[in-house]
Amino acid sequence: MSGQQGTSDRSPPAWRLLAGAVSPKIFGIIGLLAAVCLYTALASDNFLKVGNLENIVHRTALFGILSIGVAFVIITGGIDLSIGSVVCLVGVLLPWLLTTHGWSVLAAVGFVLSLGAVIGLVHGLLVTKLGLQPFVVTLCGLLVYRGVARGLTQDQSQGFGTGFKGLRSLATARFPVLGEGGFELPATTLIFLVIAVAAAVFLNRTVWGRYLLALGRNEQAARYSGIETGRMTLLAYVISSTLAAVGGMLFVLDINAAQPSDFGNFYELYAIAAAVLGGCSLRGGEGSILGLLVGSALMVVLSNMINLVHPRYQNVEFAIIGGVILAGVIADELVRRAARRRPAV
Amino acid sequence: MPPLVEVRGISKRFPGVRALDDVSLAVAPGEVLALIGENGAGKSTLLTILAGVQPPDAGELFVDGKPVRFRGVPDALAAGIALIHQELNLADNLDLAGNIFLGREPRRAGWLDLAAMHREAARWLAMVGLDLDPATPLSRLPIGHQQLVEIAKALSTQARLLIMDEPTSSLSARETETLFRVVKDLRGRGVSVIWISHRLGEVRELADRVVVLRDGRNAGEITDRGEIEHERMIRLMVGRDIDRLARRPSHPPGDVVLAASDLRTPAHPAHAISLEIKAGEIVGIAGLVGAGRTELLTTLFGITPAVAGSVAVSGRPVTPRTPIEAIRAGMALVPEDRKQEGLILEMAVRENVSLAALWPESRAGFIDAAAERRLAREMIAALGIRTPGDRQIVRFLSGGNQQKVVLAKWLAMQPKLLLLDEPTRGIDVGAKAEIYDLVHRLAGEGLAVLFVSSEMEEILSLSDRALVMHEGRLAGGLSRSELSEENVMRLAAGNGSGRMSA
Repeated sequence: MSGQQGTSDRSPPAWRLLAGAVSPKIFGIIGLLAAVCLYTALASDNFLKVGNLENIVHRTALFGILSIGVAFVIITGGIDLSIGSVVCLVGVLLPWLLTTHGWSVLAAVGFVLSLGAVIGLVHGLLVTKLGLQPFVVTLCGLLVYRGVARGLTQDQSQGFGTGFKGLRSLATARFPVLGEGGFELPATTLIFLVIAVAAAVFLNRTVWGRYLLALGRNEQAARYSGIETGRMTLLAYVISSTLAAVGGMLFVLDINAAQPSDFGNFYELYAIAAAVLGGCSLRGGEGSILGLLVGSALMVVLSNMINLVHPRYQNVEFAIIGGVILAGVIADELVRRAARRRPAV
Repeated sequence: MPPLVEVRGISKRFPGVRALDDVSLAVAPGEVLALIGENGAGKSTLLTILAGVQPPDAGELFVDGKPVRFRGVPDALAAGIALIHQELNLADNLDLAGNIFLGREPRRAGWLDLAAMHREAARWLAMVGLDLDPATPLSRLPIGHQQLVEIAKALSTQARLLIMDEPTSSLSARETETLFRVVKDLRGRGVSVIWISHRLGEVRELADRVVVLRDGRNAGEITDRGEIEHERMIRLMVGRDIDRLARRPSHPPGDVVLAASDLRTPAHPAHAISLEIKAGEIVGIAGLVGAGRTELLTTLFGITPAVAGSVAVSGRPVTPRTPIEAIRAGMALVPEDRKQEGLILEMAVRENVSLAALWPESRAGFIDAAAERRLAREMIAALGIRTPGDRQIVRFLSGGNQQKVVLAKWLAMQPKLLLLDEPTRGIDVGAKAEIYDLVHRLAGEGLAVLFVSSEMEEILSLSDRALVMHEGRLAGGLSRSELSEENVMRLAAGNGSGRMSA
């Protein structure tokens, strides 16, 4: 929750724009991220190596894109469980169309991104027009898209081989920022930053962003105030699936191999977890882009920590990540309760 | 004899609000003390402190003349202070005895001693005048009796001071009578009562003494039973005189703003409703609950689209199918349930005020933050919204100020027709008067106003003319000279033929 009353009336600085409405909450999660980073850096010499840092930034960007998408749906009070399967479908379709079917790069990229938008549109229509529950609609999506991906490719792994270097550089390019041998900024990070800033501006500075936040908090009052809540909700689902398609495309361009049976598995849960860690309430109406960024980074660093410091525990990676998230959410709830302990006056 | 309970110099702050500022109060044994004040005056905070729910920031508490410090509700209960909430805290799946002894069940060797429980429960029930079998399920009891069970439960904890927060708000007239008898009887047995109510009539009947709070401070006290009367209490609560029934001169009506013909609402499709409202007119819709008044407003506003018929605003046909169409035509609706339908409670005053006017104030979809802020501040000033600032979260405002925020939201988009559904429900006397003034001012500026109210006084004092509904149809219209309680009730009950001057 934002401050109870305003003292400053100057235009908010840039970080406030990214932070949106939940700035106090962000410090907790930033603290958690810093703690995990510090621990890993002390326990492993490899953590601060340039290559590892680049990798962390790169993976944060990829998961962050998914997380921004799902955050829009979460802000409306909905959920999108289909993200991992959309990542998979796009991830196998793109190389399949380019290599097996010989589509042009433009056509193939255009097609997979439009496919994402159409999937979101269908979800949104089912939720707003038919009144189905978001959980059910997107759970079915989760099953359907993975099934389709496996069927189309007959479960064969898809990749670009040695071709499409130009297209792949979208995900693989690195830009040196500190001279030779120094830190190189991954292209994915730039793409992520562009999307993040656009999302933050949209959410905090435009009428539609305000409408989304309003309807997430109280849909009925929003409707009574003349907001086309159905259309706005639809838009949120389109954004979510489209960004999932963008993410799926970047993932496959980066890895150059997509196995239909497990590509993108559990990614929706990573994205949702990052959003929740970053301050989105599953009750709707709350969310900040800076929080998402930090939440995504935390997910990636946690995984990195297990790899570097406790490689023996890789089997229990999910349990560790789940435990840390749960601890974070419990701490947040306790803080919230303490803050709420002031009754109506 | 020292007072049973006394507080001295109690202060309590919440972020952005000073809820209580140096408040003192004492209750003698066997005294019924009425605690009154407008919404937001600090009554609720004071009683949560007395009941041990939260500690004060400063000040002292005394029980039987000895200083005490409550660390929680159990401490207060042990001192004999019990709070009876507005919403009852009972389990309707248990019987009466089970409710009375919930958490304190008499036991024998680890088993419930049902015989003892029922015997004891019957004794406490008799104390509050309930001659019922303690094995009766609570859910069979009407709400008024449930309240008495709550009192019996409090007495069974040896309570010597009962704090009752708006105890009659959901009781029928007969249930209220019973409650009064019980309270008077308890007073005779030496039990003290702090009675919080907006209903000044019952304060007059019941209270030995009245303490008035205003803006978190002691605003005055009426110690002589004979001097407890309406005008004096209102004066102390509001801090000035308000004449409640004064009708302002009505404004000469202008052109027809709203014209509905043969409108059929989904709730009552059998009845066609036609009406006209002119600019500057304030038209009240009276009727019993369920007469279809709210449904008429929601149909006009496009929330529950009309089954048949047409609506025109300023001569232009609209017949809205959605609120957006209604808003574009110049309509605004202040809905009945302001928390669910009127406000985004977790958002700031500024964001609520601008919500319906955001689009016209934007540039290519980008919110003009400076214009938004200016708008919010203008509205805060114009409507006298009491808030620490335009970025205050609306949930923390009092009911009357929340309602002003809803009004501000609509005035910001400059409507031609204002629909109000129970505009002053749950709002204190002072804020009510301000809202009436505001509605009159707006009518004077040419706004057409159509409002629904269940309060006779509101219909009589605010309307230029009134429409009365009965079971989904317009039972009649009353001009200003015909407006009387008797006429309204006659039409609302479905008999008598008022002129169809809709």
